[in-house]
Amino acid sequence: MSTFDTIPQTKQEMLVEILLRLADDRLILGHRLSEWAGHGPELEEDLALANVALDMIGHASALYEYAARLENKPDEDHYAYFRDDIDFKNIALVELPKGDFAFTIAREFLFSSFSYFLYKELIETVEDEQFNGMLQKHFKEIKYHLRHSREWVLRHGDGTEESNRRIQDAFDELWMYTGEMFEMDEMSRIAAQNNLYVDVSNWKQEWKELINSTLEEATLTVPDYNQYMFSGARHGRHTEHLGFLLAQMQFLRRSYPDAEWK
Amino acid sequence: MDTQKQLDDFQKRIDNGETIEPKDWMPERYRKQLIRMMSQHAHSEIVGMLPEGNWITRAPSLKRKMVLLAKVQDEAGHGLYLYSGTETLGVRRKELIEDYIYGNAKYSSIFNYPTLSYADICVIGWLVDGAAIVNQTMLAKSSYGPYARANLRICKEESFHKKQGYEMLAKMASGTAEQKRMAQDAVNRWWWATLMMFGPHDSDSPNSAELIKWGVKTKTNDELRQHFVDRSVMEAEAIGITLPDPDLTYNEETGHWEFGDIPWDEFWSVVKGDGPMNRERIKSRRKAYEEGEWVRKAAAEYARKKKLVKAS
Repeated sequence: MSTFDTIPQTKQEMLVEILLRLADDRLILGHRLSEWAGHGPELEEDLALANVALDMIGHASALYEYAARLENKPDEDHYAYFRDDIDFKNIALVELPKGDFAFTIAREFLFSSFSYFLYKELIETVEDEQFNGMLQKHFKEIKYHLRHSREWVLRHGDGTEESNRRIQDAFDELWMYTGEMFEMDEMSRIAAQNNLYVDVSNWKQEWKELINSTLEEATLTVPDYNQYMFSGARHGRHTEHLGFLLAQMQFLRRSYPDAEWK
Repeated sequence: MDTQKQLDDFQKRIDNGETIEPKDWMPERYRKQLIRMMSQHAHSEIVGMLPEGNWITRAPSLKRKMVLLAKVQDEAGHGLYLYSGTETLGVRRKELIEDYIYGNAKYSSIFNYPTLSYADICVIGWLVDGAAIVNQTMLAKSSYGPYARANLRICKEESFHKKQGYEMLAKMASGTAEQKRMAQDAVNRWWWATLMMFGPHDSDSPNSAELIKWGVKTKTNDELRQHFVDRSVMEAEAIGITLPDPDLTYNEETGHWEFGDIPWDEFWSVVKGDGPMNRERIKSRRKAYEEGEWVRKAAAEYARKKKLVKAS
């Protein structure tokens, strides 16, 4: 629990909180992926990474837009541009600097495999029609992200010695940031009781099996699931990287808040 | 050596308005000119991702961020099918890429200028893509089939980019004082460089006559430039932007806008590598290419192993 958290009281407040958690994850990872534009290892990947970034920012924008309507905020940009790092609810995994291509792929794989199971379950659970409609639409694209990153994990692992080493390093480095995906804080539990979120521990084993089988096929070593895990970002306690990311993302919009930019 | 009869027959096909396809006979010089033009066009799309990519992480709204990201993605796509089109002439993408990263192959000089404010993104859409459309609309009727078809497809997407850039610039030009200042400053910096995109005057353009004879181009550099100026003057006026040329005057007789002297010294200097961003652009592309080497190797090695497994 951070300095500013309050547990939502109404169902609508819970829904907004969940929308923002999902959206923040996607906006921040989309931002990191968008940093590749024009710098990819080959043209096909310039296209693919831009495509995934575009999907993620698009998903975030739709989720924010719905939250804005519920909360009577001006629009989706309110959340992206006019909140500080302590307000952002994304997990730390997505805010880490973009790293090399192996790091980008390993992170995309960890995140999209988690999203795959999460969305699959949410679609079965969420009663709010608008929210559910979005989840279904975005799920199709998540399947592509998972396929894209999984194929590249295999290519790295079973490619050359260098690619194997690089992606192994990436997984080792990223591992301590995977814990936050599966945290069930008080807010998540209450939201799950209200059919607005799901108990992620229900399918953690399935997720692990997908990770294990992929890494095994890629001839990689699965890091220790029981190691130290970073925690706190969902409640505004981020890494040092988010502040810089937001400084860049928000500066123009905040410098001229009265200007029309849409 | 190409025989006179082959050359005559080829010219006859061109004059009849026929399209030349990859497997058809063509003069060696025609092939060379097309490889040069098509690969320069492809390199330009790829280098063009840099000045625009520069503003993706700072775009001032989510909508504008997505528009820009999609645009940069389109450019990667254009690059990809232009390289594929060039490959139909018997060269490989790798050679072409290495030609501009390590060699002397050119790309459009316009991308050797920096994008200093977000308004630059709007102006690139309006003027730079606008100029590209004028050129590419003509090239969509080019005598070489794969190039004509690539341009047709590119033009459709570029028209969309131009519309988006122009609309946002219009918003800025009628927005706050700061937005107006950014918009006008961007136009002032990009205008002359955009006019140079059409290439030197016809009298100084050694390739033009030959390209027109072979139906690769159907209009001269000066004709295309004039068409662009006429259109831009009206578009600038409509959104309250001033074009930075005190000599712009309408000629009642010709029905065209006459414009001041283009700073050709600057043009030739940038073409030769001495522009504000030439070295940085190439450095960025070289870095991406070299840092991507192990990735391409890994993918190739993985594919090779899979093939072996399949074969056994």
